[in-house]
Amino acid sequence: MSQAVPLDRPRRLLDLEIDGRTTRAPEGATILDACRAEGVDTPTMCYAGNLTPVNACRVCMVEVEGSRVLVPACSRPVEDGMKVQTDTERVRHSRKLVMEFLASSVDTSLASTDWLRWMGEYGADPSRYGAAMEPMETGERDERWAGHHHDPDPTIAETVAQPVKVDNELYVRDYERCVLCYKCVEACGVDAQNTFAIAVAGRGFDARISTEFAVPLDESACVYCGNCIGVCPTGALMFKSEHDMRAEETWDEDAQTVTNTICPYCGVGCELEVHVQDNEIVKVSSPEDHSVTSGHLCIKGRFGFSYVQSRRGRDDRRPR
Amino acid sequence: MEAAPTAEERAAVDGLLGPPETGWVGATERSADDLRVVRAGREAREQRHLLLPALHALQAGVGWISRGGLNYVCQRLSVPPAEAYGVATFYAMFSVEERPANVVHVCDDLACRGAGGLALCGELERDAGPEGADAGGWTWVRSPCLGMCEQAPAVFAQRAGRPEVALGGATRETVAEVVAPDSAVICAGGVGAPQTADAGSRDSLRLLRRAGVVDPTSIDDYRAHGGYEALRAAYEMGPGRVIEAITEAKLLGRGGAAFPTGVKWQAVSTQPAGPRYVVCNADESEPGTFKDRVVMEQDPFAVVESLTVAGFACGADRGFVYIRGEYPLATERMEHAIGEARRHGSLGDDVMGSGRTFDIELRRGAGAYICGEETALFNSLEGKRGEPRNKPPFPVTFGVFGRPTAINNVETLINVLEVLRIGADAYAAIGTEGSTGPRLFCLSGAVERPGVYEVEHGATVRDLIALAGGVPRGSTLKAVLLGGAAGGFVGPDMLDARLTFEDARQGGYTLGSGVIMVFDERADLVDLCLRIARFFRDESCGQCVPCRVGTVRQEEALHRLVAGTPIGSAQDELALIDEVARVMRDASICGLGQTAANAVQSAISKLGVFDGGAA
Ligand SMILES: Cc1cc2nc3c(=O)[nH]c(=O)nc-3n(C[C@H](O)[C@H](O)[C@H](O)COP(=O)(O)O)c2cc1C
Ligand code: SF4
Ligand code: SF4
Ligand code: SF4
Ligand code: FES
Repeated sequence: MSQAVPLDRPRRLLDLEIDGRTTRAPEGATILDACRAEGVDTPTMCYAGNLTPVNACRVCMVEVEGSRVLVPACSRPVEDGMKVQTDTERVRHSRKLVMEFLASSVDTSLASTDWLRWMGEYGADPSRYGAAMEPMETGERDERWAGHHHDPDPTIAETVAQPVKVDNELYVRDYERCVLCYKCVEACGVDAQNTFAIAVAGRGFDARISTEFAVPLDESACVYCGNCIGVCPTGALMFKSEHDMRAEETWDEDAQTVTNTICPYCGVGCELEVHVQDNEIVKVSSPEDHSVTSGHLCIKGRFGFSYVQSRRGRDDRRPR
Repeated sequence: MEAAPTAEERAAVDGLLGPPETGWVGATERSADDLRVVRAGREAREQRHLLLPALHALQAGVGWISRGGLNYVCQRLSVPPAEAYGVATFYAMFSVEERPANVVHVCDDLACRGAGGLALCGELERDAGPEGADAGGWTWVRSPCLGMCEQAPAVFAQRAGRPEVALGGATRETVAEVVAPDSAVICAGGVGAPQTADAGSRDSLRLLRRAGVVDPTSIDDYRAHGGYEALRAAYEMGPGRVIEAITEAKLLGRGGAAFPTGVKWQAVSTQPAGPRYVVCNADESEPGTFKDRVVMEQDPFAVVESLTVAGFACGADRGFVYIRGEYPLATERMEHAIGEARRHGSLGDDVMGSGRTFDIELRRGAGAYICGEETALFNSLEGKRGEPRNKPPFPVTFGVFGRPTAINNVETLINVLEVLRIGADAYAAIGTEGSTGPRLFCLSGAVERPGVYEVEHGATVRDLIALAGGVPRGSTLKAVLLGGAAGGFVGPDMLDARLTFEDARQGGYTLGSGVIMVFDERADLVDLCLRIARFFRDESCGQCVPCRVGTVRQEEALHRLVAGTPIGSAQDELALIDEVARVMRDASICGLGQTAANAVQSAISKLGVFDGGAA
């Protein structure tokens, strides 16, 4: 029996120029897509293939002929005849400063290896804005009132440094690593989970990811799908297992294996990537480009793995 | 887990939304029906745009937004609490912590600072403790420009359960009276437009023609002074010819971006069928700007009429006025004018017997400069955080509620009445080739008679200062801030600069929102730079990195310079400030970040404020 296969409307190819080279890209593609197709390395932070672009970080900026200001490559669709420059002094300056701004205010040390490489390539030096501020008390940042900050201390550079929030057994929120890329909010919202447990609160430099009234996660609407963890680019959101192992200095990615399997809980068939170290599952992810999940899971696939490890005779944590 | 609202909180919210219909949206009793009928889904979520008014109701009624209160609003409007909290914490007028019932916001911004604002802050600190401390049922906090620069120093008071007040010429005694439990203080509305009191110069006035002459609360008086003639003319002309007239008059937007209004209206009017909107941008929060406030206080029907014309031309049957939250008197007058227009059939289902529908809703901002940016304003209207959107798409295709929208500044709109009154040709003959028509300027600081002044495009800075009585006897002019905090400083050498769009573009200055703030030898320019840097740091929405962090780094570098503790040399700091300025200008999402360095940069390059290191 033959079956109709729905196809997308064929997309028109548009001619454009990137750094003086002519190329073609399908209508609807972004400048970033076109750059990547051309092998033009373009730094990104807030962009993710499985989320709506928010173009908030501004590290992917390019020059487009006719535009007064630089343009975010990650979200601007290509146009016929567009002339794009990705390596001018203006572009390099903006990218470098954005990297410095982020790294001088946020701990980006656990961001992707690409990010750390870009920092080097663009000569970003976060230390030139002064000595980093001491971490704030827990909850201090959550109390800031929009439009009312105190004069800065001229001896330090303000940061978002603060203690990690550990309020449940499954994952931690280490907001001193938060670059405010909006990805977790999108994943928790209409882009994946539709749970709306977290949102951006506050304003300006005091903007932060928060539950209502900064309540702990177990008092919020969170369903522990972990999709926010999956998209977080800087390790601000992290499996508690990973967080604890890092604290004990036993986390060792080189010693880990990743096994792809199908989630056993229900019939949807989500693909899981099971990360194992020393024969223990240390975290679970899903491939961003997987047709079923787009990288997103539910609490069962994400966190419900302890049964795999409850080996007879070894599990002494069993409730009596 | 679910914090419940108090009876007071319920009453405050129900006062706005009416009593809840079912247990699903917060009624205390569940009816038998509730067990069978669910009211949720899209219809419920479409009420989201009432979030800001509901938060206002709580804040004004109870004095703060508690967990129980927020939960109740969320239940009523089907909004997730985390998102509502994100919205509530975006605005300076809302508090999510319990605080004294009376909060006095004391302007310490550019015009008020030197005119008693800082001194008042000092006295309050002495008598009432630090900002935010409970001084027995009231507290005080510093505030960015309150849009009353001509009456400096200004204060604005939120008083739970009682009307808000904004007052000029404030003193320690004013503050005491405002917060007193038996206070009878109400908004007075100062002179605002001194030119209108001067019989000799009245004849040349167009935009301020009625200001100070008509009774701003009477639609009959408005009609007796030529009101509603423009709308009648528009109905006779038809939408196409109205837009043609606006285009031929070469009317450019007065909100700061100088975009041709005719082009904007044409674009909206030719969008595919479906709801369209017109919006009046009355958020006026650019430091030094108060013209829109004066217009709304003294001639509110003109704003109502001109928005009605805009709706007709663009094919919209609904309009919004988004008014600055700290403008209680203008809000009252606009609210009254809209109500009167409705009562007299000038708004509603059959406007002036024409069979056409048009109505206006007034919405209040809540303390966020960024909500004057058009796309941030749309988000705010929709009950979201006031974060600007990425453009394109532009408002003419994707505006409020994702629909085609024509958004215009108050002053732009009232110019439309003048175009229709005298005809496009006559209007285009006023002013210069590239800048047609009359223009309002906000004179404040070191001038004899601060206020809103109307001139024809082409007048110079010197002309305007002269209109305002010149700098006070015995003082000398040191600098002028043109266009507000997003504009820039010029020195005395620029007094003959003509205030037209084309001259400004060529001369590297800006008219912005018509700010002309004059400083004499007593002004501390370094201190002003610090205040401007603080303003942008406070008002950045925080969405994009160049502005969110750049405004912080700019302020820090200035403070290091002033403290005499530069990293490297003072020259290194100035170079760093320049680098920060470039990325803000080039890579920020919206005009706030793109202009956040302008004034500081101009003070450095044109006035040499940091020549030779600090100060
Ligand atoms: C940060 C920022 C604040 C703004 N504030 C205002 C404002 O308070 N009032 C206003 O009319 N326009 C303001 N604008 C300009 C608006 O975005 C928009 O250009 C204007 O409302 C269009 O109206 P017009 O064409 O009549 O000028 C602001 C722009 C920016 C970037
Ligand atoms: S775990 Fe899931 S529900 Fe919880 S905050 Fe993250 S995305 Fe939202
Ligand atoms: S927590 Fe992570 S995903 Fe969320 S905004 Fe911060 S950096 Fe982005
Ligand atoms: S430039 Fe500033 S105000 Fe504008 S979107 Fe970016 S952070 Fe927000
Ligand atoms: S990756 Fe484009 S703006 Fe963040």
